[in-house]
Amino acid sequence: MIRDIFSKKKKYATIPSEQAKQEVPEGLMTKCPKCKTILYTKELKKINMVCEGCSHHHSITAYERIGLTLDEGSFVEFDQDMIAKDPLNFPSYLEKSKLDREKTNLNEAVVTGEGTIYSIPTVIGVMDSRFRMGSMGSVVGEKIARAIERAIEGEKPFILFSASGGARMQEGVFSLMQMAKTSAALNQLHENGQLFISIMTHPTTGGVSASFASLGDINLAEPGALIGFAGRRIIEQTIRQKLPDDFQTAEFLLEHGQLDKVVSRHEMKETLGNILEIHYPHFQTREGI
Amino acid sequence: MAEQQLSFEKPITELKNKINELKAFTEEKGIDLSGEIEKLEGRLEQLEKDIYGNLNPWERVQIARHSKRPTTLDYIDRIFTNFIEFHGDRLYGEDKAIVGGIGKFEGKPVTVIGHQRGKDTKENIKRNFGMPHPEGYRKALRLMKQADKFNRPIICFIDTKGADPGIESEERGQSEAIARNLLEMSGLRVPILCIVIGEGGSGGALALGVGDKIFMLENSTYSVISPEGAAALLWKDSSLAKRAAETMKITAPDLLELGLIDEMIPEVRGGAHRNVDKQATEIKKMIGISLDELGKIPNETLVLKRYEKFKKIGEINHVNDAIVMK
Repeated sequence: MIRDIFSKKKKYATIPSEQAKQEVPEGLMTKCPKCKTILYTKELKKINMVCEGCSHHHSITAYERIGLTLDEGSFVEFDQDMIAKDPLNFPSYLEKSKLDREKTNLNEAVVTGEGTIYSIPTVIGVMDSRFRMGSMGSVVGEKIARAIERAIEGEKPFILFSASGGARMQEGVFSLMQMAKTSAALNQLHENGQLFISIMTHPTTGGVSASFASLGDINLAEPGALIGFAGRRIIEQTIRQKLPDDFQTAEFLLEHGQLDKVVSRHEMKETLGNILEIHYPHFQTREGI
Repeated sequence: MAEQQLSFEKPITELKNKINELKAFTEEKGIDLSGEIEKLEGRLEQLEKDIYGNLNPWERVQIARHSKRPTTLDYIDRIFTNFIEFHGDRLYGEDKAIVGGIGKFEGKPVTVIGHQRGKDTKENIKRNFGMPHPEGYRKALRLMKQADKFNRPIICFIDTKGADPGIESEERGQSEAIARNLLEMSGLRVPILCIVIGEGGSGGALALGVGDKIFMLENSTYSVISPEGAAALLWKDSSLAKRAAETMKITAPDLLELGLIDEMIPEVRGGAHRNVDKQATEIKKMIGISLDELGKIPNETLVLKRYEKFKKIGEINHVNDAIVMK
């Protein structure tokens, strides 16, 4: 019976073709910003966009992330048609949003939906830093809050991959209040006893790190991800000294007790599957690890 | 004592000086100039009305930042009785950028928490310019949970440029401290009133701002980023802060119009610092009305309504709407 529900969703699985369409023309080769190794983008994609030489985790698109995380063909997207409004009449905001929509093939900076991980149903949100720096405006806040509400209704876990520079300035206090909205929704999820796993990827800063991203029952991060509240430049200006290189990296946060674990992209799905299996044993259908 | 003078107040100050000169002249020389003085005083009245009645956003920002602007403790003294300040987060330390404690409002127990700035350099250093570290937010949360346990309403005064940006704050989890407050405040079963009394700077302000009612003093501001910060990011020029203050819609009248706050509390003409007692009375009135109103709502309903309040904030289009619009 459950199997039927999943197989029906296969027709929505447009992930590989979508990403192939939009990403190939961008560049045949990719240079690793850390170790300067140059690799065929195509080859790099086969290894999850993680540099072979230095393990640098390149940014990936929301749909690529979904492809790497969920069981193939299991993803069904929510609220895909939501786009930014311009409540403050902010100069050139709508034009810039439109350009980003064209550039990224996304309607906003987060993709939400549901699917399965090793056959365990989950609600998922994935931010995409290419869209307005992944900043959180009304749409991002609303999509995340709605996804959380769906997790509550369906008694499912909620998994969110953050990649964001923070609140979206162009929506002013509307953006700020999305921090409260998403956090309040998470409180409902907690009251309901469902699991929330937050995965911070590069970058997770400002209003996003100071709201839902830090509120996981389990907080994970990708290696090397920049995670923090205040921007590096602001801190340097305030204290008038240069900060160490590893400041505000995932490893720095782990060292200071702010994270449960730093997990490589290669092991992310396995790790999530394991955590889900422990929390939702009644869904367990996977064939052992 | 020379009072900080704001640039747009210059005509008022000049006229006041003129009146004082004439008064001094009358006393010294014994010449009666009372007719002249009266005329000028009438003009002063009109001038004050004109200037203070038509403040632009940047002028309001300057009033919100006035060095003599009353702080949380000024209002606590005047609004509550039996106030006892409590200290410490029980985890790391005591943060003087946030004050909190218990007291009575018109005879009823309440918990009061607020950002605390200093009024001079020495006090500002002690208070870290009203910019809390994580332990400040964790102290606030501790006191809020205590209020929840003993079923006391919570009143929060918001007055900060923002949370402390520094190495130690990052190390101790500034993000987590703020985020935790947002989550926990949304679930507290007691009435929460939030009053922005000065600057409401970003997440550092919001961490005391998830309440059933959000009020702002007429000349206070609430923003996602400071006007200077916005100008630097948008136009690469922080001197365009004045323009940013207008574009960002950060003043009480703007935010009231956008439906982002519940009420605007009128200010004494020229700013709250002109008459702190009178300003406190205005705030007290609003607290009284709101506590009566919220007191009638059952605890569980209160939590639900608070969630709905924040859930509905946001302006969204749909792909199809956009096509229709064109």
